[in-house]
Amino acid sequence: MKQSRRDFFKAAGLLGAGITGLKTKDAHAGSHNILSEDRVGVLVDTTVCIGCRKCEYACKTAHDLPTEPIETYDDRSVFKKMRRNDENALTVVNEYENPKNANSPIDVKVQCMHCDYPACVSACVVGALTKAENGSVIYDPSICMGCRYCMVVCPFQGLAYEYLSPLTPKVMKCDLCFDRTKEGKIPACVEICPMEALTYGKRSDLLKLAHKRIKENPEKYIDHVYGEFEVGGTSWLYLANKEFASLDLPDLNTDPVPKISETIQHGVFKYFIPPISLYALLGGIMWLNKKKDENEESQEGEIK
Amino acid sequence: MNPSMKAAPVKKPFFTPGAIILCVIVLLAAIYSVFRFLYGIGYITNLTNMYPWGIWKAVLVAATIPLAAGGFTTAALVHIFYGKKYHDIVRSALLVAMLGYTFAGAMVMYDMGRWYNIWRPIFWWNGNSALFEVAICVMSYLTVLVIEFLPIVIERFQKNVNLKGFLSTFKKPIEMLLNLLDRILSPTLSLFIILGVVISCLHQSSLGVVMVVAGQKVHPLWQSPVLPILFLISAISVGFPMVIIETIISTRIFGIEPKMHILSKLGQIAGLILGFYLACKITDMAIRGTYVYLTELNVFSIMYIIEILFGVVAPIYIFLRKKLVTSTSWIFTAAILTALGILLNRLNTFLVGYRPFYDVPVYYPSLGEVFVSLGFFALIFLLYRAFVMIFPVITQPVEN
Repeated sequence: MKQSRRDFFKAAGLLGAGITGLKTKDAHAGSHNILSEDRVGVLVDTTVCIGCRKCEYACKTAHDLPTEPIETYDDRSVFKKMRRNDENALTVVNEYENPKNANSPIDVKVQCMHCDYPACVSACVVGALTKAENGSVIYDPSICMGCRYCMVVCPFQGLAYEYLSPLTPKVMKCDLCFDRTKEGKIPACVEICPMEALTYGKRSDLLKLAHKRIKENPEKYIDHVYGEFEVGGTSWLYLANKEFASLDLPDLNTDPVPKISETIQHGVFKYFIPPISLYALLGGIMWLNKKKDENEESQEGEIK
Repeated sequence: MNPSMKAAPVKKPFFTPGAIILCVIVLLAAIYSVFRFLYGIGYITNLTNMYPWGIWKAVLVAATIPLAAGGFTTAALVHIFYGKKYHDIVRSALLVAMLGYTFAGAMVMYDMGRWYNIWRPIFWWNGNSALFEVAICVMSYLTVLVIEFLPIVIERFQKNVNLKGFLSTFKKPIEMLLNLLDRILSPTLSLFIILGVVISCLHQSSLGVVMVVAGQKVHPLWQSPVLPILFLISAISVGFPMVIIETIISTRIFGIEPKMHILSKLGQIAGLILGFYLACKITDMAIRGTYVYLTELNVFSIMYIIEILFGVVAPIYIFLRKKLVTSTSWIFTAAILTALGILLNRLNTFLVGYRPFYDVPVYYPSLGEVFVSLGFFALIFLLYRAFVMIFPVITQPVEN
């Protein structure tokens, strides 16, 4: 089943291009998408993370979210159940069994992945979500309509919603600490991490670092940097010692998620040719039928 | 055409037992709505971060729009292809389309966290977004539908503005306005009718693109790059069946004989379009090899088979059988099956086939969502009833 879901995109790309007569290179995510060479990201080394959840605490503090005191984060019973980032916690850590060493479980931090070709940015009706030049996917609540289409299309379920806010609900997601990085600081979670499991930097440098670690410790890691190619690349990158799918990082193909839909949309609206030709065609049919109808009526009149 | 047959307001009492039940449902929905607007969407729905869209989006928006397709298909049949004998059904189809779209729009707003921002797409554009296109098209199509309906309002009130008391001062200006509108619309209406058909084709297909972006999250039985084409054809195919349903129900309620020769013809056309739709579905399935999923017994394969067998194959069989298509009850059954089939298809594409990649509980609608949905449909019925009593929509014998 997984294989076919992947194949879908291959077939889709071909069919999509066929329908619209467009090459897929025309597709790009988001109207404001600027993929800078210097865009930043964070490398998560899940083999180093100890699941102390300090990042959860730091994230809440940095984003003015209500939080319990830092000591309560030592409670490891939360790991019994898989948690996802939500409107009150933009990032959470989950724990998984380690096949190589049962005493040191694998801890995986999750949050918005900040895709290079974000489906949410492509989908947002009004452009409330944008991909900033530094790679962050940021959200402007003031123009948001709250349709939650972004959440429907996100492959990582990286966005959460304030369902219980009656008037001004917001989409809540990791913003890669956009305000902090603007001031030259590093993201709050990276700053607090005691194990240096998180590395913040230029995405290109992080990829080099990740591959270097894999090369130097081939027994420690599987040879796969999650996020390097998944859905066209993400700003958050992961290293692990077992298959990512078993760590709830879904098995995704390498095409940007919005590629097909954008190809179709752009094809249909290229210079408005398809709608205008349809209008002309229907107008033509109407005119012909009207003439025919008038002729028939006048003939009927002659017979009488 | 029988000269004594004419579209006229229906003269019947508004409140019948059925109408009162509908009113009660609307009232229940209104109570839920108070909570929705006071405490937020989450208060009355089962929506989660994993399932951000529920039945409101999947049924009330995604399915109402194709079910209101009768408006543009009959407009095309009568005005563009000059099927003059079908003229009697245009007004009713138009009214249903207008109500359907108004309610789809209202439901979108109801489901939106920041509903007061619904106008934003007019100025904040994202041409990459399929939903943006749907939003713009629905807004413009609704405008076109109102323009198409105006002649009926004009016909009703042009020589008949009946305002009493202090309102009588407005009588002159309103009459002038109606006359002006009449003079503008009479020669230009065709342009709007074609525009309505074009916009309909655009957004009925874009509605299919909406879920294409969800990619691997939608089960391969429904996810397909040709979804826009399938959505467009299925919307066209359900257009006439919807007209058949409307005509049979309203003629029953108002005690008029349905014109079976017209309905049978419409049924046959619908059968052919549905056949084409089925062929497209099967071709798509064959090309992408998705039939392998039918061998697994799970909710996806079962829902898919129900959708195809009852919603597509069975109505095709009835519509294309001369004996069956001329029977009121059979053609009604087939039309209902088609409509439910399309509804199920949209529900499957938007909700049943939609699964996030994480092991989380599956969404089921809450009571609040169900009652609000029923309330919306009930309100459409009630408004339709009110409209046909005020405006000349239904063709009926008229005493001169």
